[in-house]
Amino acid sequence: MAPVLELRGITKSFPGVLANDHIDLMVEKGEIHALLGENGAGKTTLMNILYGLYNPDEGEIFVNGQKLEIKSPVDAIKAGIGMVHQHFMLVPVFTVTENVMLGEEYVKYGDVLDRKKAADKIHEISNTYKLEIDPDAYVSDIPVGMQQRVEIIKLLFREADILIMDEPTAVLTPQEVEELFKIIHTMIDQGKSIIFITHKLGEVMEIADQITVIRGGKVVGSTTPHESSLNDLASMMVGRDVNLEVDKTESKPGEVVLEVKDLKVLDPQGHVAIDNMSFNVHSGEVLGIAGVQGNGQTELVRALTGLLPAIDGEIYLLGKEISKNSPRKITELGSAHIPEDRQKDGLVLAFPITDNLVLNTYYLEPFSKSIWLDQKKILQNGKELVENFDIRTPSPTTSAGSLSGGNQQKVIVAREFSRPIKFLVASQPTRGLDVGSIEYIHKRLIQKRDDGCAVLLVSTELDEVMQLSDRIAVVYRGRILDVLDANTATKELIGLLMAGIIPTEEEKQKLGSKQKQIRLT
Amino acid sequence: MSTQTETKTIQISKGILKLERRKRIIMGAVFLVAALFIWLMFVSDLDPGVETRFVMTPGGASAEAPDWVFPTSVYLNIIAGISAMLGAYQIIRGFGKRTYSILALVAIMFIFSFLAWATAGGSTNLAGLLRIMVVRAVPLTLGAMSGILCERAGIINIAIEGMMLTAAFVSTVFASLSGSLIVGLLAGVISGGIMGLIHGFLCIKYKINQIISGTVINIFATGITSYLSSKYIQKVDYQYLNEPGMFPQINVPILSKIPFIGPILFSHNMFVFAMFIFVALLTFLLFKTRWGLRLRSVGEHPKAADTLGINVFKTQYMAVILGGMMAGFGGTYFSLGSSGRFDEVMTAGRGFIGLAAMIFGNWHPVGAMGAGFLFGFFDSLSVRASLLQVNLPSEFLGMAPYLATIIILAGVIGRGHAPAAEGEPYEKE
Ligand SMILES: Nc1ncnc2c1ncn2[C@@H]1O[C@H](COP(=O)(O)OP(=O)(O)O)[C@@H](O)[C@H]1O
Ligand SMILES: [Mg+2]
Repeated sequence: MAPVLELRGITKSFPGVLANDHIDLMVEKGEIHALLGENGAGKTTLMNILYGLYNPDEGEIFVNGQKLEIKSPVDAIKAGIGMVHQHFMLVPVFTVTENVMLGEEYVKYGDVLDRKKAADKIHEISNTYKLEIDPDAYVSDIPVGMQQRVEIIKLLFREADILIMDEPTAVLTPQEVEELFKIIHTMIDQGKSIIFITHKLGEVMEIADQITVIRGGKVVGSTTPHESSLNDLASMMVGRDVNLEVDKTESKPGEVVLEVKDLKVLDPQGHVAIDNMSFNVHSGEVLGIAGVQGNGQTELVRALTGLLPAIDGEIYLLGKEISKNSPRKITELGSAHIPEDRQKDGLVLAFPITDNLVLNTYYLEPFSKSIWLDQKKILQNGKELVENFDIRTPSPTTSAGSLSGGNQQKVIVAREFSRPIKFLVASQPTRGLDVGSIEYIHKRLIQKRDDGCAVLLVSTELDEVMQLSDRIAVVYRGRILDVLDANTATKELIGLLMAGIIPTEEEKQKLGSKQKQIRLT
Repeated sequence: MSTQTETKTIQISKGILKLERRKRIIMGAVFLVAALFIWLMFVSDLDPGVETRFVMTPGGASAEAPDWVFPTSVYLNIIAGISAMLGAYQIIRGFGKRTYSILALVAIMFIFSFLAWATAGGSTNLAGLLRIMVVRAVPLTLGAMSGILCERAGIINIAIEGMMLTAAFVSTVFASLSGSLIVGLLAGVISGGIMGLIHGFLCIKYKINQIISGTVINIFATGITSYLSSKYIQKVDYQYLNEPGMFPQINVPILSKIPFIGPILFSHNMFVFAMFIFVALLTFLLFKTRWGLRLRSVGEHPKAADTLGINVFKTQYMAVILGGMMAGFGGTYFSLGSSGRFDEVMTAGRGFIGLAAMIFGNWHPVGAMGAGFLFGFFDSLSVRASLLQVNLPSEFLGMAPYLATIIILAGVIGRGHAPAAEGEPYEKE
């Protein structure tokens, strides 16, 4: 029998990047096929081609042995291909039913929506596949994990047979990941085939039947979980041996640098995003904030850096109350910020690297003399930092926008670390970076800690938080549910807290005594 | 365990995140302030025995109704009392989803109080005021619906004014030449549709900033119609081009005979009835049909629509063309429904006020019509300000709707929900 899906020689280039280079991929019916690759390897591009969102420069697609021209999502849907996108494709102000049937609506009297019939079908699907959902809920009101279920139901509603899931676990708690894996197995039992995309090795080992690894737009290998090990996969994915562990010594916490007391912050929509939060960060330690995306992390960071006003509570930096201060004032006190969205909040993309390196010091000596900027000093500073922080660029005056993600992040790190700082907020410091850059940023963060800086690390990557932190605070709906010692905290315990469940002492004992899991990316 | 997790999650989320307490309290405070204002400014200003007389039959109407005479301070005390109670309830418990309806109610009661106070000791033709209000609401509501059609599909349309003006001009010329109002109407509607298509071309195909495109269309429309108007159709020699005639008043059988309501609602030319029909139709189409669901999805999340096989660009073109036609229809009201001729810049900013009505009405046809009525009422009142017993500059009344819009736009009473993707050109790849 022909494979359910076969891609031959798919090639796609974007200006300056060969995102897919003659990629071949074969998926058998009833198989969970993992597509493994680092950020930027070209996984999403390949799947967007398969789904008709991009047109390939070259290559052929076969579904059940038939060659197909997939020019738009309509063709893909017709061919039984469905995709859960990395960024959900849901309309927040629509109900679950409306989202599910959009594009494939049930109608009566010509064009009138038959919401009832669609909801019935959703119930049916949710029973068959054990996907719990309320068809009448608005998508904006349901948690991310449930939104993902809506995405899956969308595919099943269209009776897709080949299901693509692009990094589906990125937004889930460990427990939700387990739930998802169960759902995936149910779907396989019902005769579906699944392409599971990820850059997390542990997940691949757990769920895949077949693994294809891509790197730099090329297929570098194909294997199964039985025939390979985590380390094999890691070096295949990255192209060299990688050290998956972060080397760090015991922390030596000193005095309190940051103290947050009963902080309350609203998000721009006026909802309470941070609700009576209190915690401390000491010098020489990393406090990690773990939590599913959207539980107030963004607002917390913005409040600490003066970008969002607190409606209640106090923030003390080195004993000084700063909750009413301007960002510049806070920066001058010795606080540094690696923002969550480096392109929007961290850099002026159109400016040269040299100018980006003095964005928060340009008005001070030596870069500024009376009303003039000293361009020579700025250029010299740029050259030095490019050198010291290993920023790969043709020249220090290249615009920041033309750098790769990893090097953009290095520019930010260089800017923040090259002034004397006492406190650092690092928000999603490695999001979307390749392994080399991740290693580099991690090393630098730990180095800063060892220099006696207080570090607040906010990340939705649980592995990252567990590797780098000395203490871990778990946030849920704007509250800190617990602060754990990183040496004894387990993934299960943090996962429960991330889902908003506070375990009893007894459960805690049980989870705490369990063997610590191997920590891998 | 998962269900347990879920219910817990939802409980906590309801407890913390959806705390819209602040908004609730502000709204309650607004109601209380209205009550206080009535007591302090109106009631305390009145002699206890004074009466208000509202004439309930507009001039030359088809049905007679007796005048409504009542003791002013008693009524105002009752209204203020109700407002205060509503305010207290809003602060303590909140009206939840019905908050906005209650707000509308309080606004109506407040305006009524103002009118009763201003009339105290004399008489005002209430029916006449309301009748004019309905008429004045027509171009505003139709303009707002043009905006709704476009913006629900993600295209900002500030060119409503220009589209209306063009249609007013084109319809005048065509109706005059052909001697048929229907031909004029169709020509106006089509010219609006073409303006919409141009706007769509600039914004969708060339991805020009939508505000700039709209501004350009407005300037162009004002310029070209003013030029053609002063050069030709206002000249005596071309007088035959500026005599389109007007749609006649229709008295709906039976309904127009209902006292008070009949003359206000059922004794107008066809534009008023068309407004009601279009509001109902658009509401139905937008929220109950496949067509509407797809249109709205494009305005909220075009990428999602695209991944589900909906053609984003085609949908947007359709929306701007229909929106243009709606504005065109609204434009013909000025020439064929209101004055029976074309005058330079005769739309006088109504298209922009329509846009304000759209925002005020939260991008919903019924809301927009409500806003149209509100604005229309002040419009109607400012014309008659001199007839009121109290001395209030008519400009001040004319300002009231805009003040209200600014307050809404500033988000004091809670921000409306504009379609999420409006104004951003959709890029494939
Ligand atoms: N629309 C686009 N325009 C330009 N470059 C793109 C676009 N989409 C992806 N790329 C580039 O193609 C490469 C592969 O990206 P992607 O497929 O998203 O990787 P992955 O999903 O494996 O992380 C990256 O270098 C990325 O910058
Ligand atoms: Mg990707």
